[in-house]
Amino acid sequence: MEDKITNIRIAGLGGMGVLKASLVLSELLFECGYDVKKAEVHGMSQRGGSISSDVRFGKKVVSPMIPEKCVNYLLSLEPEWSDVHKVSLAENAVVISPADFDVSKLKSQKAVNVAALGVLSNYLDIPAEKWLEVLKKFFPEKLHKANEEAFLLGRSSKK
Amino acid sequence: MADLKRKLLSGNEAIALGALHSGCALGVGYPGTPSTEILEVFSVLGGNAEWAPNEKVAAEVALGVAFAESNSLVTMKHVGLNVSQDLFFTASYSGVQGAMVAVVADDPGMASSQNEQDTRSLAHAGGLPVLEPSDSQEAYDFVKLAFKLSHRWQIPFIIRTTTRIAHSNTIVEYCEDKIEPLPAADFNKDISHRVMVPGFAKPAHLRLRQKLAEMRAWNNKEGPNKIIESKSRDLAVIADGVAFQHALEAAPEAGFFKVGMSHPLPVESIADFAKNYKRVVVVEEGDPYMTTLLKAAGINVEDRAEKWRFGELNVDAVKAQIEGNLDFAQPVLKAKPPQLCKGCPHVFSFAPLVELGCIVAGDIGCYTLAAMKPISGMDMQICMGASIGMGLGLRKVLPEEKARKVVSVIGDSTFMHSGLTGLLEMVYNPPATGHIVVVVDNSTTAMTGQQENPGTGRKLDHSPTNAVSIERVAEAIGIQNVKVFNPVREGAQIKEFISEKMKTNELTLVVLRQTCILAAAQLAKRKA
Ligand SMILES: Cc1ncc(C[n+]2csc(CCOP(=O)(O)OP(=O)(O)O)c2C)c(N)n1
Ligand code: SF4
Repeated sequence: MEDKITNIRIAGLGGMGVLKASLVLSELLFECGYDVKKAEVHGMSQRGGSISSDVRFGKKVVSPMIPEKCVNYLLSLEPEWSDVHKVSLAENAVVISPADFDVSKLKSQKAVNVAALGVLSNYLDIPAEKWLEVLKKFFPEKLHKANEEAFLLGRSSKK
Repeated sequence: MADLKRKLLSGNEAIALGALHSGCALGVGYPGTPSTEILEVFSVLGGNAEWAPNEKVAAEVALGVAFAESNSLVTMKHVGLNVSQDLFFTASYSGVQGAMVAVVADDPGMASSQNEQDTRSLAHAGGLPVLEPSDSQEAYDFVKLAFKLSHRWQIPFIIRTTTRIAHSNTIVEYCEDKIEPLPAADFNKDISHRVMVPGFAKPAHLRLRQKLAEMRAWNNKEGPNKIIESKSRDLAVIADGVAFQHALEAAPEAGFFKVGMSHPLPVESIADFAKNYKRVVVVEEGDPYMTTLLKAAGINVEDRAEKWRFGELNVDAVKAQIEGNLDFAQPVLKAKPPQLCKGCPHVFSFAPLVELGCIVAGDIGCYTLAAMKPISGMDMQICMGASIGMGLGLRKVLPEEKARKVVSVIGDSTFMHSGLTGLLEMVYNPPATGHIVVVVDNSTTAMTGQQENPGTGRKLDHSPTNAVSIERVAEAIGIQNVKVFNPVREGAQIKEFISEKMKTNELTLVVLRQTCILAAAQLAKRKA
C-alpha cells in the first residue's frame, strides 16, 4: 500500500444523505484494509443547512480533517451550495456531481448520494461487488434493488 | 490475543462500548450535541440508559449509583456541566464508592452551541480529574481507564471530548474477553463521607487535594500520556485531544508530549521533556489551559496568541500557530443556514406572536430558528430555561405598554429541563401586568434528533412510561389561565386568546401542541 493519503469530501444539504454516503464509504475502505478517518459536523442538519463530511484513507491517517487544498475527490451533491468546497481542491482533483449521471433515471431522488458513490467507484481500486455488499449493510432490504441501480447508473457514467 | 475485534467507530460509539465493557450499571444524561449518541448507542448495545430531565438530575442519579458501590456513566454537552456543576463541585469532596464517569462534550467553533466554554477550566476549578481521548480508540480505552481510576481514587472522573472526537470515526480494536461484570450494589453507612456539612466538608476538601496530589504523581509516572522524541531538538509540541492529531500531521518532525490526562496535569514530566527543546509550543483547543499552568510552573513554553482561543483547530491552523502566522485565516465558505422544516409546527406557533408584535423572551431548541428571517420572531436567547425569568425581568421594569407585549416562549423538553423554577418565580413574584408563557410543545426533543423527555410518555428506548402533563403542572403551581391549542389548526383562536390576556394583569400559560414532523414520522415507523 502506498503511503499517500486520499482525501474525499462529500458535501450537500441536510437530508440529502451526505452522512449516510460518508458512512458507507468509510466502512467500505475500512473493510478493504485501509486506515480510515471520517470527520463531520452534525447536530442541526435536519433543517436543510449546508453539511459536509471528510473521509481520509491510506496506510496511516493522522488528523481526521482534510487540510486546505488537499481534497482529491469532491462529491458535490447540491452544486448550488456544495461547489463552494472547490476552493479546497488539490491539483488534479475530481469533482463529482449529479450532472455526471442521468438523474431522471433514478427511481428516487434520495438515491443521488448512492449514484455519486457509483461515479466515485470508477476511481478507486475496489470491485463493484464489494461496494454493493457494503451498501446493503446500511439500508433496509426494500431499498437494495433501487440502490444497486443507482450505484450502477453512477458507475456506468463516463469517467 | 483472544477474540480481538476491529471496528470503525465514532468517538461516541466507542465511549458507549467502553462503558458497556466496564460494568456500567446505568448511563444517564440529557441530550446535547455532540454528546447525544452515547446513551442511545449504549441502550442499543444492551446497556441500561435513561434521559433525565436535565444534567443536574442526571449527575445526581449517577452519584447515587456510585454511592451504592456501583458504576455509572453521565453524559452531557459542555453547557450541561454548568447546570450540574453544583453537584460535581461537591461530589469531588465526598468522592464515590463505586465509580462515576462523566463524559462532557465541548464544541469549539460552536457548530451547535451557544458558547465555546472549555471543560478543562471548569474541571480544574472543581478539582475533578480529566482524561482527553484523541481518537475513537482512546475514547474506548480512556472510558475503561476512567472507570478503573474513579474506583481507585474514589472520585468522579471527567472525559472531555470535542466535536471532532465525538463525531469522527476511526478504527477501534478491543477484546471481548476483557469485559467487566456489573458490580454488586450495596450501601454501607458512612455519614462523614457523604454528608457535606462544614464539619465533614473541611476534612473532605483536604482529602480531595491529597487525592489530586497523588493523581498528579501517578500521572507524571504512569499516566496515559505519550512522548515522541525527535532527533532535532528545535521544536517540541505539547498537545491534548484531537489537537494532538492535527499537530502531528502539521509538524511530523517535532518532538511531542501528548497529554492524555490533562487534570491534574503531569507538569513535572512535561518540564523534564521540554527542557531538551529550543522551542516549546502548546497546541490546545479552547482556553490556554495547559499554557497557563505550564508557564506558571516556570516551563519554557511560548505564549499562545489570543487568536488560537477561538473556534476549532485543524492542520492548517496548527501550522500557522507554529509559524507564528497571525494573518492566517480559514476560507469562509458560503453556507446555507439551517431552517425549520417545511410544515414545522413552530412556524405556525410564532405567527400569532409576530402578528401581535410581541417582545419574545425565547429559549433553546428548533424553535430558536424562528429568530432568523423571515420570521424574526424571537428577541433573546441565552441558555436553557432562561425565557421565563428574562420575560419576568422585562415585565418588571418596562413601561406598561411595552411590558404587556412581553411573552416567554419555551419548548417542551426545555420546559421540563429548567422551566419549572421560572414558573415558581412567576407565581411568587408576579409582575404588575401579569405574564404570558407559551410552551411550544412538539412532544419531543427535536433539536438534538427527537429524543424522548418526561412529557412524551416514553423512555429513552421509546418504551412506555408515565407522562408529565405541562398543563396540570402549571395549574398546580398556580397559573390562573392555562389553555391548550393546536398551532396548526387554531392560529386565529390563539391570537385572540393571547391578545385578550395581554390586556389583563393575570398569569397565563398557553400550550401549543402539535408533534414535530420528523418525530411523527419516526413514531409511525416504530409502530409499523
Ligand atoms: C444545558 C444544555 N443542555 C443541552 C443543550 C442542548 N439543547 C438545546 S435545546 C435542547 C432541547 C430542545 O428541545 P425542546 O425544548 O423540546 O425544543 P425542540 O427542539 O423540540 O423544538 C437541547 C437538548 C443546551 N443547549 N444546554
Ligand atoms: S425537526 Fe421537528 S421541530 Fe425541528 S424544525 Fe423539523 S419539524 Fe420543526
